[in-house]
Amino acid sequence: MTEELTQPFDAIPDACDVLVVGAGIMGLATAYNLARMGAGRIVIVDRSYLCSGASGRNGGGVRAQFSSETNIELMKRSLELCDDFATEMGINVWLRRDGYLFLARNAKRRAELEASVALQRSHGLPTRMIGPSEILSIVPEIDVSGIEAGSYNPDDAVVFPWPFVWGYARACQRLGVTVHPFVDAELEATGGAMSGALLRSQRVESLGQEKHIRAPLVILATGAWSPEVAAPLGLELPNHPHRHEICSTEPLKPFLGPLVADLESGLYFSQSMRGEIVGGVSNARVPPGVDQRSSLRFLGLYAKALTRTMPILGSVRVLRQWAGCYDLTPDGSPIIGRVDSLEGLILLCGFMGHGFMIAPIIGLLTARYLLKNEERELFHRWSLGRFERGELLPESMILG
Amino acid sequence: MSTKRDKVIVCRCEDVTLHQVDEAIARGHRDLESLKRYTGFGTGFCQGKQCVALCARLLVERGGDPPTKPITPRPPIRPIALADLARLVDDGDGP
Repeated sequence: MTEELTQPFDAIPDACDVLVVGAGIMGLATAYNLARMGAGRIVIVDRSYLCSGASGRNGGGVRAQFSSETNIELMKRSLELCDDFATEMGINVWLRRDGYLFLARNAKRRAELEASVALQRSHGLPTRMIGPSEILSIVPEIDVSGIEAGSYNPDDAVVFPWPFVWGYARACQRLGVTVHPFVDAELEATGGAMSGALLRSQRVESLGQEKHIRAPLVILATGAWSPEVAAPLGLELPNHPHRHEICSTEPLKPFLGPLVADLESGLYFSQSMRGEIVGGVSNARVPPGVDQRSSLRFLGLYAKALTRTMPILGSVRVLRQWAGCYDLTPDGSPIIGRVDSLEGLILLCGFMGHGFMIAPIIGLLTARYLLKNEERELFHRWSLGRFERGELLPESMILG
Repeated sequence: MSTKRDKVIVCRCEDVTLHQVDEAIARGHRDLESLKRYTGFGTGFCQGKQCVALCARLLVERGGDPPTKPITPRPPIRPIALADLARLVDDGDGP
C-alpha cells in the first residue's frame, strides 16, 4: 500500500487540536514535531500545492554565517538537523556541506564580515577570513580583482528544497497528521480567542465546497501571505512580501564547491547536485505585494553580477527563471509565538528569506514551547509584541 | 511489464520514465504542478515544450486532478548565454 502525502477535502475533520495554516516547510516541520510530542489531532491546510510557495522556490542554502547570535545558534542546530534528515525521514535531500563563501569588495563590507566572523567563532563555528589567494584556492574561477577579502565557513550547506517538504509531509502523515492542499482558510476568533477557520476547497474535484473546522490552537505559517491571512482577525502584521527572482543554467560537470555570495550586490550562486548554476541577486524595484512573476531586468542584473565575479560562466546558458517571495520584517528578525490580543494564535512568519533553512529548528522549538513551555525567552524576544515594546533586533546578513 | 515501463521515457530532457509518473501519482502527487516537481518532467532543456501535454494526459488517465492550465511557463523561451544577458543592464544600473 503506497502512502499518499496528502488527503482530500472531505477527509478534513470537524474539529482538531491544532490547525496549521500553510504546508510549507515551517508548518510541516512544526506539525511533525508537535505530533511526535503527542499534541493530539493535527490538521494542515494550504491554499495551493506542496512546494508552491517559498519552500519550493528558494535556492536551498543552509548556513550558520549570520551577524546575530540568535541566528548563528539556531542555524547551527538547523544544520545538525539537516545532517540527520535523510536518515530520519528516509528521503534524499541532496545535502552537500561544501561551505558558503562571502565576498567583500570594500573596507566597510570587510569590517562587517570580520565582526560577524569573530562572533561566529565565539559560537564554535570554523568560519574564517580569507584573502584573495585563498579565495582562488577554493574557487579558482573567481575574478578576485576588486575583492578585498572573504569569509568562509566550510560547514555551511546547500540542499534540494523539495524533498525536505515531501519528507516532512510523509513523516507527518505517518504520525496521523493530515495534509490538505488546495484549501483556503479564513481564520475565525470569538471573544479574543481562536475558534477555528472556515475552509474552502480550491481543488477541481471539490471546488467551492466549504466547511468549518474547530481548533483552539491555530498556527499561522503562511510566509509572505501571512499579513493577508491574519487580516480577517483584525490583526495587522508589520511584515510584507518582497519578490525575489532566481534562475538556473544548463547543467555543468561539478566544479563549484561552496555557495558564493556578495552582500554588496546581493549576488549568490551555487552548483546544484544536478550540475546547474542556481542563483539570484538583489532587485529593489519589484511590484508590491505577493508577486511570483519573472522579469527580464532580473536576468540582466544577475548575469552582470555573476559574470563579473565568474567571467568563465559567460558562455553558459540560462535555462529557466522563477520567483518567490521573501517575508520581510521592519527589523530583519522573524515574528514568532503568541499574540497578546488573540488567545490560541501562534505566528511563525517574517523569516526574511531564510525561513527554509531555519525551519527544522524552529519547528522543533515551537513544539517544545507550546507543549513543554520551554524556549520562552526566544519566543518573547522574537514576538510580535517587540514592535510595541520598541525592542527591535537587527540582522545584517540578508542575501538577495 | 514493469521492466518495460521502466524504459518508456515521457520527458526526454530529464529522462523521466512512465514508471516514475505512475509512482508519483500513487504517492499522492495528483496535480500537474506537484507531478512536475516530484518527477522533474518539464524542467530540462526544452522546459516542457515536448512533454507537458503527454504528462497531463497520463495524469488524467490515472485519476489525477484534471489540469485547468499547463505548468507555469518559465522564461527564457530558449536558453540564453549569461554574457548576452549581462548586456541588458547599463553599468550604472544598480538594484
